Amino acid sequence: MNLSYFWMVLILSLHAMVPLVLTAVGEIIGETAGLFNIGLEGILLMSAFTGVLGAQFGGPWVGLLTGMLTGGAISLIFSVITTRFKGSQMIAGIGINLFAIGFVAFGMAARGVSSLPQGKRLFAIQTPLGMGISPIVIVALVVPFIAYFFLKRTRAGLMLKAVGENPEAADVAGIDVLRVRLLATTFGGILAGLAGAYISVSWVGSMTKDISQGRGFIALATVVFSGLNPLLALVGGFIFGFFESLAVWIRNMPALKGIPTQFIAMAPYVVTLLVVAGVIGRVRFPKALGEPYKRE
Amino acid sequence: MRHRRAQTAPARRRTLTGLSPVLESALAGLLGLLVGVVVMTIYGYNPWAAIVALFSGAYGNATGFANALAKATPLLLTALTFAICVRAGMFNIGAEGQLFMGTLAAVAVSLVTLPPGIDQIARLVLAMVVGALWSLVPALLKVTRGVSEVISTIMFNWIAKWLALYLVLNILFDPLRAEKTISIPVSGRLPLLMGKTTLSVGFFVAIAFALVVYFVVWHTVVGYEIRAAGLNPTAAKYGGINSRRTMLLSFTLGGMAAGLAGACYVMGTPPTYGVFAGLPELTNLGFDGMAVAMVGRNHPIGIIFSAIFFGGLNAGGRAMQLHAGVPLDMVRVVNGTIVLAMAIPELIRIFPMVKSGVQRTISSVRPRRGTDSGDTPSDPDSSASRGDATRKKERGA
Repeated sequence: MNLSYFWMVLILSLHAMVPLVLTAVGEIIGETAGLFNIGLEGILLMSAFTGVLGAQFGGPWVGLLTGMLTGGAISLIFSVITTRFKGSQMIAGIGINLFAIGFVAFGMAARGVSSLPQGKRLFAIQTPLGMGISPIVIVALVVPFIAYFFLKRTRAGLMLKAVGENPEAADVAGIDVLRVRLLATTFGGILAGLAGAYISVSWVGSMTKDISQGRGFIALATVVFSGLNPLLALVGGFIFGFFESLAVWIRNMPALKGIPTQFIAMAPYVVTLLVVAGVIGRVRFPKALGEPYKRE
Repeated sequence: MRHRRAQTAPARRRTLTGLSPVLESALAGLLGLLVGVVVMTIYGYNPWAAIVALFSGAYGNATGFANALAKATPLLLTALTFAICVRAGMFNIGAEGQLFMGTLAAVAVSLVTLPPGIDQIARLVLAMVVGALWSLVPALLKVTRGVSEVISTIMFNWIAKWLALYLVLNILFDPLRAEKTISIPVSGRLPLLMGKTTLSVGFFVAIAFALVVYFVVWHTVVGYEIRAAGLNPTAAKYGGINSRRTMLLSFTLGGMAAGLAGACYVMGTPPTYGVFAGLPELTNLGFDGMAVAMVGRNHPIGIIFSAIFFGGLNAGGRAMQLHAGVPLDMVRVVNGTIVLAMAIPELIRIFPMVKSGVQRTISSVRPRRGTDSGDTPSDPDSSASRGDATRKKERGA
């Protein structure tokens, strides 16, 4: 176990961490305001797809931007349905996931999306030990701190909390509950969109029909783990990212060669379950989470 | 405006009491197709040709309709999985994984030799048991540890997928064709009902299961408890209903339905009567079932009709792919839109809402014109607030 090996594991884990952390932080902001979006998986998938299209059109930065716009647009639809129309957040989220599965598979069948050529893929920052780091890794390391500051130290963050904990009181205090929820969820969607586009444009460099691989739901588990604290989401995201990269580094360990690949691929999901089952009970969620707000 | 809506809603509900759920499901279906048309147009297909191919392929002739019923079979059952748990107040999105496990359980019975008759029953029963067990673990995690069933069932779907892939490639593989499982022998197959179609007795098994679910959930004490716990958990608790028991029961029943869905599919689908590696034919059956359940209003009888509709979309989708060249995945775009639309409560109210929204914009423009000719130039904000004031006066009157 030399230094470069340890370095490889770290880099792989950091890259696997990015979509989980970005999505989870976005969802923390949404959940603080009281909206529970299980459509994150669909947002990741859709924005990974549009991200590749954008990158083919105008390079990696356009790709990332397209992904963010896609994530924001889908979340806007989600939040209009769940705030203005008082729709069920669960069902709207399920609808987004189904739509994304269909839309991406349809789009890929209609116009084959091939892997991105090197020039269209986001550059990597070279490191002394050989493996490059995507710039988005740095973004993912910084965003939780900004979100933490925003939620705990600013007036707007407090407003989000009020809306999530007690929308009636927030309403009486003159806060537009629906607008705050709409903005919070849309912002969360933009972060998830960045995460999706990162997967295809920067990390993997190509697009497949099931590129999101349940990461939207692992991000939801990360949110549960964090108890709505963005800094803990960073920790949780790194743990889950580490187990996701397990499959890659376990291949190099002769002692573990006997384990079938399918069982190694299961690891992130099993670990997610165990972690969530372990932390539940000590975390507390906003009182009005998941409830549509209806004014009397 | 909010006030006006509140006034009209009860009146509307009174006039459309019985019909409105059906109308809403139909409206959601139309919206889904509309979005499908838009997406197809964007991608440069001829949407009308596609829709004609879709519906004539599904409902145009007996063969097509039989295939629609065949496609409806697993969807009907996975829809029940979702619906039973919704009635109990939970979201079981694990039908996908429960179906994988049930399918492979039905295939695994081939490892022993059984006489015909007993063979089929053994497969169906084992699939139900395995589906129920796979569903029970998330339910137990919810009851004992409070783990959200949304997260745990999805994690179980992925674990099931990888486990199924392992089983297909390593344990149940066909010695002659390593990329698929052993085919179910003739003694274990469900009889086909029509030549040249994939419609098997499985369809009636599914209908029978739906009727059993209807009886259990609507006409027994246990079912009453399940529905009560789903409608109002607090009231149910004070009424002496054990919510843990209803949770476990609804998940068990749901898992049985999903396992049965897999068994009916693999035992009744010629020509392979087996599962390919990568599970292409099974993937998304569980998720599509959720759309079926919502359009069927989470009621077993409604689900039977909605499953036939969605089965038609899937069967017709193949005709659409063949004749109009539109990829089959279009159907799932329609499904997703339908579910999104169904998330909106009292969907038909959208039209009055849009109408009143238009009226509001018009009325907010008009007073501004009036005040422009007056002595003070007014900004839009003040005119809006004046509009509010007049509206308040109306309310008072």
